[in-house]
Formats: sequence, structure tokens, C-alpha cells
Amino acid sequence: MGAALHYLGEVSVLNIRIKFQKSGAMKFIGHLDMMRYFQKAIRRAGIDIAYTGGYSPHQVMSFAAPLGVGITSDGEYFDIEVTSTKSSQESLEALNQVMVEGISILEYRRLPDMAKTSMSLVAAADYLIYEKPGYKPFFASQEELSRKIQEFYQGQKEIIITKQTKKNLIEMDLKRLIYQMEAVSLDKSSLDPAPPAGFGISLRACTGSSDNVKPELVLEAFCNFLNLSYNPLRFQTHRQEVYAKTEDIPVKGEQEQKKYQKYLKQLREACEKEQKAFPEFLPLGELGEDIP
Amino acid sequence: MRQLALSDEILLRIDKPARYIGNEVNMVKKDPKTADIRFAICFPDVYEIGMSHLGIQILYDMFNQREDVYCERVYSPWSDLHNILKEQKIPLFTLETQSPVKDMDFLGITIQYEMCYTNILQVLDLSQIPMLSSERAKGDPIVIGGGPCTYNPEPLADFFDLFYLGEGETRYDELFDLYKDMKAKGKARQDFLRAASKLPGIYVPSLYEVDYGEDGAICSFQPKYEGVPAIVKKEIEMDLSNAPYPRKPLVPFIKATQDRVVLEIQRGCVRGCRFCQAGMIYRPTRERDVDVLKECANDMLKSTGHEEISLSSLSSSDYSKLPELLHYLIGSREQGVNISLPSLRIDAFSLDAMKQVQDIRKSSLTFAPEAGSQRLRDVINKGLTEETILHGAGLAFDGGWQKVKLYFMLGLPTETEEDMRDIPRLADKIARRYYEIPKEQRNGKCQITISTSFFVPKPFTPFQWAPMYGKGEYLRRAKIVNEEMKAQLNRKSLKYNWHEADVTVLEGVFARGDRRVGKVLQKAYEKGCIFDSWSEFFDNQKWMEAFEECGVSIDFYNLRAREGTEILPWDFIDCGVAKSFLAREWERAKRGEVTLNCKEQCNGCGAALFGGGVCLEHQD
Repeated sequence: MGAALHYLGEVSVLNIRIKFQKSGAMKFIGHLDMMRYFQKAIRRAGIDIAYTGGYSPHQVMSFAAPLGVGITSDGEYFDIEVTSTKSSQESLEALNQVMVEGISILEYRRLPDMAKTSMSLVAAADYLIYEKPGYKPFFASQEELSRKIQEFYQGQKEIIITKQTKKNLIEMDLKRLIYQMEAVSLDKSSLDPAPPAGFGISLRACTGSSDNVKPELVLEAFCNFLNLSYNPLRFQTHRQEVYAKTEDIPVKGEQEQKKYQKYLKQLREACEKEQKAFPEFLPLGELGEDIP
Repeated sequence: MRQLALSDEILLRIDKPARYIGNEVNMVKKDPKTADIRFAICFPDVYEIGMSHLGIQILYDMFNQREDVYCERVYSPWSDLHNILKEQKIPLFTLETQSPVKDMDFLGITIQYEMCYTNILQVLDLSQIPMLSSERAKGDPIVIGGGPCTYNPEPLADFFDLFYLGEGETRYDELFDLYKDMKAKGKARQDFLRAASKLPGIYVPSLYEVDYGEDGAICSFQPKYEGVPAIVKKEIEMDLSNAPYPRKPLVPFIKATQDRVVLEIQRGCVRGCRFCQAGMIYRPTRERDVDVLKECANDMLKSTGHEEISLSSLSSSDYSKLPELLHYLIGSREQGVNISLPSLRIDAFSLDAMKQVQDIRKSSLTFAPEAGSQRLRDVINKGLTEETILHGAGLAFDGGWQKVKLYFMLGLPTETEEDMRDIPRLADKIARRYYEIPKEQRNGKCQITISTSFFVPKPFTPFQWAPMYGKGEYLRRAKIVNEEMKAQLNRKSLKYNWHEADVTVLEGVFARGDRRVGKVLQKAYEKGCIFDSWSEFFDNQKWMEAFEECGVSIDFYNLRAREGTEILPWDFIDCGVAKSFLAREWERAKRGEVTLNCKEQCNGCGAALFGGGVCLEHQD
């Protein structure tokens, strides 16, 4: 899809979106420390990142959606500005050479000029949630889990929970913020720790600065609904992907917006032609294109 | 995938789990099975402090250069994990392979300050290694201590199997070879220790006998066996430019105290301040070659990705190639590298350099006159005059600075009430200098912050014989300073901070104590003392109980003026600086006589015997 977007023109900085994977012991490193880690990693890899001026110049870098401590991920994103760049392939290699075990760079893509930050575009995220080894399982089979999810998600008109904000307790309806929830079978070899039961929950939830649903919140509501005692340590959460809304214009400039609208139109036509559903969400990485 | 020593359940429950998982950038990975010697190197304080220490980084890199050695790190677990490890009987582990420390061949602990001593016992305890050397047996690691506090290792003598005295670069290869050889031959622990005691710089405390006279002082200190040396000479690296230096230092995930590249430009200090232990034990002053430093700076910035580099030395302004080095580093600022310049003397050159690398509105100038009056500054041989301070401050104020920090010590030998009152008076003079600038040209008020610490006499300094004071007397002195400050014209521009005196008293005991204070340490740890340098943990009451219960007198160690003839607990160490020189300096101090620095004149301290460094500059 990215290849359909062409952004030319001479500008002093280029916007780059980087996708990475976080696994193993690295799940214990919090969001702020990950930012520090990448600031140094970018320098080690020799990426020609842009700096702000002044006495303490800092890198122009912004993360899409902070990941909680304890959660692993295959789909983390951050954006940087660079003054020059090598190809995506070369940059990926340079970055991966300076990574620690548990962090891999998956994409290094150029964004259109005037691109909005990934943070402002985030709309949804996919998660896999499963019971960790060492606990007596709550669900005997995938079918049982599937039934329980049906009762919880499809079976309820609304899922009212109370949430503690900085100021007060608020009530909110989780249901409209859960875009999808189902039982799935899991690949034991690609997840750490390996899911002992071989199945778990697949969840797509609203993510972003206005309505953010942490997967723990859904899990807690689910356990409460089933009268199971909720212990966050029982579950491993794994983020798979982070998305923007396809119809949200991801660029600021007038010309660029026109280009994106044109792209949307093409996409819609292509979907109709192939009789596919128009994708409501696009992975953040798809808004960029590989640098040859 | 590495298996962690702690479960998710524990790691997600404690503060900063990143302290315990290892995996940092530039961590050394080896197959432990291929290593003949497994070494756990420890800084007995919390991870963020320990990771900031240059010495550990040097040794970690140097040890791991050897194929037959795998050196891993361990730090003091914070109190939350401490309790969990105790409750669940989980042995303390190394960060690299997450293996129990007790399975290592060596546990090496750097001893940087007295108030970490209970943390040493914590590390032994949590590692499930017998606390006393005499209780360790086959299979327990050899516990080895190093670092500045080993210039009086006696308070820790019972807990260590051996001490390495002096700079670590020189003698470890021999120690490792000896260990390997004796291990292969199936020799006993005691045989190894006996053989090790014959290596230069190695001190095995269990091989020495100490006797005390009726007055409580040491009356004899001797090796128990023939062949064990009576005097142990410190180790020193005379060729710093070619000595190992870590080109790929570790980069922690969480912010360490020292979150930057550290470039040690020289070792030692020519100044000869009489209170300063570092200025004596690292003699002679040796510089690193400036081209080597440039290369190191490049390599380290590249391998770490740090955005800041800091020059490390006791007195950076004395480094002969400082302008060249700074010019070079400032050139690299284009790549977003910040430069931090601690321990610079304030003069036109350094102010110019600082202007280029710092935001002067935010940064402050630091002076360490250490004493308020010229008289007392002469006693301590701090060659900083009021004129120099006012001139430097004046230059800085004219250049746009308005914040000044001043460091002093209270309780220095011969200190009078006038000397104390001169501290705020000096600060006021600096403020007056600021207000000489016409109002329209200055930027509001100036801020002069005075900090005082209480002086603790250290071994191998001319003040090693000096008496200390009791807690009440220290606080009385701080009060005098505070009172005098309030009488100053510019009092609204002055701020005064002083420390609690409890810690000073303990530091005094452990800095100059003998073997008999070791049991107090153990008692205090048993009572729960730990992280004593952290005010939120320090519990003076428990310490006082420990002294009481052990029948050890604080006053004996602190309040007594030691005679020149007394056998001091550290007299068996030869640090290169002769005791006669220290005694001469002590006499000159009492007369208020200044001694020139090593660059101006050789004063015959004895360090010239090492045949290098600043001492060679006087050959013609």
C-alpha cells in the first residue's frame, strides 16, 4: 500500500517512522527508559538525526503509544526527523547491529512531508492475552474461552466499568471501545513466555490520547464478569500492532492532504473491485514507504 | 533467551526491575562453561550509583579481555528486593548470566566510602556466603576488596579473604594465573591465600596478628608466618596512556548518576592539600596522552551513543594539554555532544571554555575554598587565596554568571571561631563583588550557596593524627556559621546548607579504626543498618546500640590526638608517600606553613621512587 504514495520535493528534514519489536527481559524496561535507549541507539547506529538548537540540543523523536511495563510487542512505533538517510535496508541493518537482545527493528520508512506524528494518529491496537505458565488455568479449552467471551462481549449491550482518573472515579462503557475480542489459538514458539495452553484472547481496543483502553482494563472487567479473581500477574499481554484510522488524514499540508485523499479514493475503488471490505484501520507503518 | 533469576511476579512488584535484569548495551556475553575463572565484581550500593563508577568499568573490561575469565556484575539490591530475597531465600545473583554469586570463584568488592560497609555485609549475606573469612570453606568464592578505603582495610579485615592495595591495572593477571594453577592442582583455599600474600599489592588479613597495649592502641602488627611480607606496597600503573581503558563501556537502561562518557585524563593531584587522601595515595600525578584521550573519546561516544562526555580527574586545570583536549571536544559538539567540566579552577581560560559548552544562566560556578580564612587555608595547604576567588568570581559575574556554590569544611585542625565566621564573610565579599556591577547591567540578584561538611581525618594524610570532635561540637560550629551569615550585608543573596553530624562520627571511626570495630559493623547490620549513606535509611540509634553492645568506644577512635609514635592500623601499607613526610607536613600545618605543589617544587614525599609522572619533571 505504501508504494502507492509518492512524496517528492526538497526539504531540509525527512520524517522517518520506525517499527520495532520488544521481547524477553526488555519488557521490564519502561517507556521513558526506552526513549533514552533509542536516543543513544540512534547515535550508535550513525543515523543522521536532526537536533534542536540551543545549549542542550536534543533529538526530534516521538513515540506512538507508550507500552506498559511487563507487556511484550511486535508493533511499536516512533518517528524521528533526519537530515539525510540511507536506504531502509541499510538503516535497518545499522540499527539492528546496535540493538540489545530483545529489541529488533522491523521497519524504517519515510513518511510524507508534513506528516502528523504517530502519537496524534494512533486509534487502535491489537493484543494477544494469555495465561502464563505456573497458574492453574481459568479456561479448560479454547471453546470454553470462546463461549465466555461471547457472553461477555457479544452478550452484553454495554460493559460499564468505573475508572479512576487523576481527579475522580468515572463510569465508562468499555463495549464501544472494544473493536474486537475473540478466542484464538496461539503459536507457542513465537511468544515469550510460551503460552502453556496454546490459546488466548485476541483483542482490538481503542488506543490514543482521548479514549485509551488498556488491555488490563478489559481483562479485569472480563474476570469480574466471570467471577474470577483478577490478578494482573496471571496474564501475559502481547501487543501485535498499532493502527491509525484509515480515514484520518495523516498529513498537515494542503497539497499533501489532497494526495492522501486521492490515495483513499484509489483504495476504496480497489476494495470495491476486489470485493473486499474497506479497512477501517491501517498499521502506522503503512503510512510510510520504504526508501530504496 | 536468557533465563532471569527473578520471576515476573517479583520483577513486576519491585521498583526499577531494570536494576536486576542485565542485558545492557555492551554487556559482555560469554559461555560460562568456557571460563576457568568466574568473577563477580560488586559495587556495594544501588545499581544507579554502582553503574556510574569508572573503576568497575575498567576492571570489567580488562578482566573480560582474558578468555579464561568471565567477569559479571552485582550491586546492592534495593530494600524492596532485599526483603524478598531474604524471605524467599533466593541467593543474590550476577546480572550477566543471572547465576548465584556464591557459585563464582571470586567476589570482588570495590570499597569507595565508609558508609557502604554495611552494604558489603548485605551482599555477602544475600549471596549466602559466610560473612566471616574464617568461616568460608572450599567452594565459597574468594572475597577480595579494592578501592580507596582499603588504605585502611582493618575495620573490614574479618570479612575479606584478601585485599588488593592500589591501582587495579597491574597485578590481577598474576593473581588469576596463580588461582588457576592452584585450582588445577587441587590446592586448598588456605594454600592459595598464603601464596597470594606473596604477590605485590596483595594483603591477606588472616595471615597477620595484631596485639593491643594497655592504652588501647596497637602495640604490635606482624605476619603470622614466615614469607608473608610485613609491609605491603600499593600497586600503581605508571603507563596510563597504554593501560587498559574501556572503549565500550556499559550503558544502563535506567538513568545512572553518571549518564555520560567518562574520560579519565590523569590520575593523582599535584596540589598536596593536607586533608585530602586522594591527593596522597594516587601520587605521583600521571597524565594520559592527549592523542590517546581523543581516540578514547571518539570510540566511547560511538560505542555508547551517550550525548555527554565528562572529564574526570582530581584537578582538571592541572592537566597540561587541557586547552588542546577541550578544543577538540568542543569541535564534536556539532553531533549534539554536551561537555561537562567538573573540577576546573575558575579563571579566564576555564570561564571561556564553560561559556562555550554551558548555558551560563542555568549553570553555577563552584569554588572549594574549604576554609573561610586565609590562615586556615594555609593550614590545610589549600593554595586558593581570597584574591583569586574574588577575581574569578568577578570575571564570571562580568561574563553573565550569577550563581556561585562554595564548599567548606568545618572541624579542620586548629579551626577557631574566627575561621568559622570568615566563611559567610567570604561569601558576602563575593556577593559585594556582584553588586559592584551597575544595576542596569546585571541580571537581578546573585545566588551564593554555602555548603559545609564536617572534616573526617583520613589515613595517609598529614591530618591522620588529628583529633575529631563530638556531634554536639560539630553542630555548634555550623550554628556559628549560620548566625554569622545572618549578620551579613547581602544575607538575602546567601544560602547555607550543612549536613547532619551523625554520619561524620561513624565515618571517623571506620576511616581510622582497627580490627576491633569490625564487630560493630556486623552488629549494626544484624540490627538492620543498610544503605547508611542514604538519609532515608540511616538509623543512628541502631548504630549507637551496636557500639554499646560491642563495648567499643567511639571517643577512643575519634577524640584522641594520636602521637607520632603510635602504630597506626594502616602502617603496614606502603603507599609511596613516606610517614616522615606526612609527619613533616603535619608540623608545617600546625605552624600554618604552605608547601608548594609538585609542579613548582619536589618536596620529597617519597613517590619519586615510582620513577614517573610529575616527579620526572624535576630531573633537570
